[in-house]
Amino acid sequence: MSESEPNPMDIDYVSNLARIELSEKEKEKFRGQLGDVLKYFEKLQEVDVEGVEPTAHAFPRYNVWDKDTAKKPFSVDLALQNAPKSRNEQILVPKVVED
Amino acid sequence: MKYEAVIGLEVHVQLETNSKMFTRVPCGYGKEPNSLTDAVVLGLPGALPVMNLEAIEKSIKVGLLLGCKIADTCKWDRKNYFYPDMPKNYQISQFDQPICEGGEVEIEMPGDSPAVMGKHRIVQLTRIHLEEDVGKLTHFENDSLVDYNRAGSPLLEIVSEPDLFSPEETFAYLTSLRNSLIYTGISSCDMEKGQLRCDANISIRPVGTEKLGTKVELKNLNTISGVKNGVEYEIKRQIKAMEQGEEIFQETRRWNPEQRYTTPMRSKEMAHDYRYFPDPDLMPVKIEQEWIDKIRNEIPEKPFDKQRRYMDELNLPYSITSALCPDLKLCEYFEEANKLAKNPRKIGNWVVNDLLRELSAGSKDETKSISLNDCPIPPKHLAELVELIENGSVSNNVAKELFPEMFSTGKSPSTLVKEKGLEVKSDEGEIESHCAQAIQDDPDAAEKFKAGKEGAINALKGKVMKATRGQANPKVVDEILRRLLSN
Amino acid sequence: MSSSALVEKTAFDLSHLLANKEVSSVEIAQACLSQIDRVDEQVHAFLHRDDQDFLAQARASDERREKGNSLGPLDGIPVALKDVISVKGQPLTAASKILQNYISPYDATVTKKLKDAGAVIGGRLNLDEFAMGSSTENSAYGPTRNPWDLNCVPGGSSGGSSAAVAAREAPLTLGSDTGGSIRQPASLCGVVGMKPTYGMVSRYGLAAFASSLDQIGPFSKTVEDTALLLEIISGHDPLDSTSFPTEIPSYSSAINQSLKPCVLGLPKEYFGEGMDDEVRNAVNLAVEFYRNQGHEIVEVSLPTTDLAVPVYYVIATAEASSNLARYDGIRYTTRSDRAQNAIDVYAKSRGEGFGEEVKRRCILGAYGLSSGYYDAYYLRAQKTRTLIREDFNRVFKEVDAILTPTAPTPAFKFGEKSDDPISMYLSDIYTISTNLAGLPAISVPCGFTKGNLPIGLQLIGRAFEESSLLSIAHAYDREHKFGCVTPSLVKE
Ligand SMILES: [Mg+2]
Ligand SMILES: [Zn+2]
Repeated sequence: MSESEPNPMDIDYVSNLARIELSEKEKEKFRGQLGDVLKYFEKLQEVDVEGVEPTAHAFPRYNVWDKDTAKKPFSVDLALQNAPKSRNEQILVPKVVED
Repeated sequence: MKYEAVIGLEVHVQLETNSKMFTRVPCGYGKEPNSLTDAVVLGLPGALPVMNLEAIEKSIKVGLLLGCKIADTCKWDRKNYFYPDMPKNYQISQFDQPICEGGEVEIEMPGDSPAVMGKHRIVQLTRIHLEEDVGKLTHFENDSLVDYNRAGSPLLEIVSEPDLFSPEETFAYLTSLRNSLIYTGISSCDMEKGQLRCDANISIRPVGTEKLGTKVELKNLNTISGVKNGVEYEIKRQIKAMEQGEEIFQETRRWNPEQRYTTPMRSKEMAHDYRYFPDPDLMPVKIEQEWIDKIRNEIPEKPFDKQRRYMDELNLPYSITSALCPDLKLCEYFEEANKLAKNPRKIGNWVVNDLLRELSAGSKDETKSISLNDCPIPPKHLAELVELIENGSVSNNVAKELFPEMFSTGKSPSTLVKEKGLEVKSDEGEIESHCAQAIQDDPDAAEKFKAGKEGAINALKGKVMKATRGQANPKVVDEILRRLLSN
Repeated sequence: MSSSALVEKTAFDLSHLLANKEVSSVEIAQACLSQIDRVDEQVHAFLHRDDQDFLAQARASDERREKGNSLGPLDGIPVALKDVISVKGQPLTAASKILQNYISPYDATVTKKLKDAGAVIGGRLNLDEFAMGSSTENSAYGPTRNPWDLNCVPGGSSGGSSAAVAAREAPLTLGSDTGGSIRQPASLCGVVGMKPTYGMVSRYGLAAFASSLDQIGPFSKTVEDTALLLEIISGHDPLDSTSFPTEIPSYSSAINQSLKPCVLGLPKEYFGEGMDDEVRNAVNLAVEFYRNQGHEIVEVSLPTTDLAVPVYYVIATAEASSNLARYDGIRYTTRSDRAQNAIDVYAKSRGEGFGEEVKRRCILGAYGLSSGYYDAYYLRAQKTRTLIREDFNRVFKEVDAILTPTAPTPAFKFGEKSDDPISMYLSDIYTISTNLAGLPAISVPCGFTKGNLPIGLQLIGRAFEESSLLSIAHAYDREHKFGCVTPSLVKE
């Protein structure tokens, strides 16, 4: 990607990646707004981060884990209580087109 | 032009743990749908993951057995893609810092006959990483159902280099890998239960060239033979396409085991833009050398190493070791019996022939054997039986008859011998009268022996054994016959 | 005691009244309910009420107290929660259409701690959808209004939580702060709001916006009340791997010990352009107060300040794009009835269920992580985040707390910034850095504009030193108590 001129975002590709359907009007609006935001982000490209470690956690620690002791799961009813559709104790989804 | 195939395998193995990878809900198979969930498994708002220590230890164990470099630190990344079997629409996995790197799997190709050891070769591994499993989708005519019981179970992904060159090698690799994994006790690797699943990356290239061809990812290889057949079909398909001047596309294809062909899966144009990034909900894992050393002490001997040791140290023939060594439990059984009887060849024979036969015949389910854990003959009974034969207390024939009864009753061989009055008879008076009768009945044999034909005595022995229903002590019979015939 | 007098009390005072049996928990609960009845049609701080359950909890508290089994200072005191914190059996919408039918099957850790302390948990408070915004205009269920001026926003995203305290609908509330979402609305509504150190309060049960930045924190009229609530909700939680294992002292007793002279830093980058003059004057008066109390005031520099907003928006949107992927119309969220196949369920349910700002941020976040852009955006932002943390570490070698305004301006009018994302993003300019550095920070009301809009003072402390930060804040608040001034609009 070019340092001087930010890449315009391919809104069709990214909205599809994010699985969010947008109307044409929304696409038009977002193209402009997100273009401005990306231009504003360009500031970041000027920072000297040579040799700087990325921060994933403000206060990093290691080995935060739990012993392998099983606890009581949700009842099936509780697991499905918010399901938009279900059948035979399972979540029903429209046909999944061949994987 | 001749083509060769280049194959790399991605094997997913479910780790056997009490609870899931990132929450303490029980793992299980065959339970009521959606009965093994909680907020974390379902990806509810606010749910957070917590690592399962046991899964990490088991992964290190596998890595050590396979000779991998265990990472100093590894971390968790999110692999983002949408699919109904994945509750959060991201899978917690390891992207650029897997728990194990490198490693190798020794494979054996079939020998010229079952009695002869085949060629061995080392297949290189790329990496092993730990991740969480997805739920299970069942497809119907018009819709699909999702069960999240499996979702979140710890899953190990073992990735090989493109270092396999035929369906047979692929089969051998998977067999060897599976044996090793079962050895470590991390999983039963039952493919029917989905505990071991396999994807293959397959390409072809003209023999003698180095450059890899366009690779096709083959999915749904869910049985060991399915892997062999699927890979075989796909190689043929690619060669045929190449020969007909068709282009081979980089794509994902699915093996259809019933119809036995591969079909392209709906192309997912963005399938590979997974937007990996470090999971902010989880802290990294630091693996100290001390910890590795501790786990190293628990690593079992590798199957092929054990096999070589049995052949070298115990002088066992290949045919016995090749039946024993893929199964750690069977080896343990063998070793325990041998410790008492100190007769590896005899014990080995009984185990791989008689014991295995009884185990499979005794099972109600024809496709399965009784597990060694439930074996009614404990190793010490087998050791006792071999000792009884060796010291002449029972004959081989009697032993062969006794064995199924030991299996069905669980009684020790000496108990059965006593109960059934099968003790070897060493009463010389009685045996001598049978011997005399035998000489009288078969004067030919007697004459031939007297004339120097050593082998002729066997006919007489046979008669005595028959008359005593095999209970006469063969040593005593031999002595008396020789005495009578020398007169 | 009259209902209107009760709702003006601090939690601290209510606790004493309860202990002395001068009032019952049911009376307090009823006072809150009648205040909500009276003002919430205008303020719209609440998305959901369950009055029966609320009163039942209050009754249970009174019964406990009657038997001498009181669970502590919070027993019987109402606490209302931002609608991103799970309460078993209660709705959780995150102010989004996509969660309109969702009932939480489990309690957040803070909820459990509040229940264990006997607090009376009532109502679900409005916010910007999924906590994305600075004005509460992004709620799918309509905006919350600022109790000081109904034409102005209450700030956001925890606008319902700040407005509910300001409008005297609840003595205590909880919000969540990802880039200022507690402190900025506290400032705009004239109440105290605090973001604890990252890891002090469990996030388990908080619908995530940006996991590496989110923290739950209290709203109240006074710093003293915030200390009281914070000591209940803080503490290590094995269910949150980012929760920090540390002992929680009694903040409410710590703040009443005499404060030793401190060094307070004023970052010069925060006092430059873009700050409203009335805000500047009010903050300067607070600085004078501290100086007069014998504390040392020094100028400090945080040179990475102008990078905080872009770093924040890259990181927060990236994490959000992944965190919000679970709202997909499959298991518990609303499913689009236009969906023909599984792929449709995602795109259509999310297209219909999410509001504009959420869509904008999810798309921006997905872009920053996508193939070819990760290094330039997400990774680079994470590295720059390190520089921002280092800036603070350096400054905290010299000072005990950093003093800044909370927001550059007082409450602004509805619609003023809603179509200009960047100017909206800049309203968090003073609060965002502390989330990136993980530090605790508190907003304390420090006066009013001529137009009678509240102004907030922000104090930023050292990591995990909540006691010290609260003590410094209390030294000011004890003498001023601007948060105890009730807006005339909601006064009887
Ligand atoms: Mg893979
Ligand atoms: Zn995998």
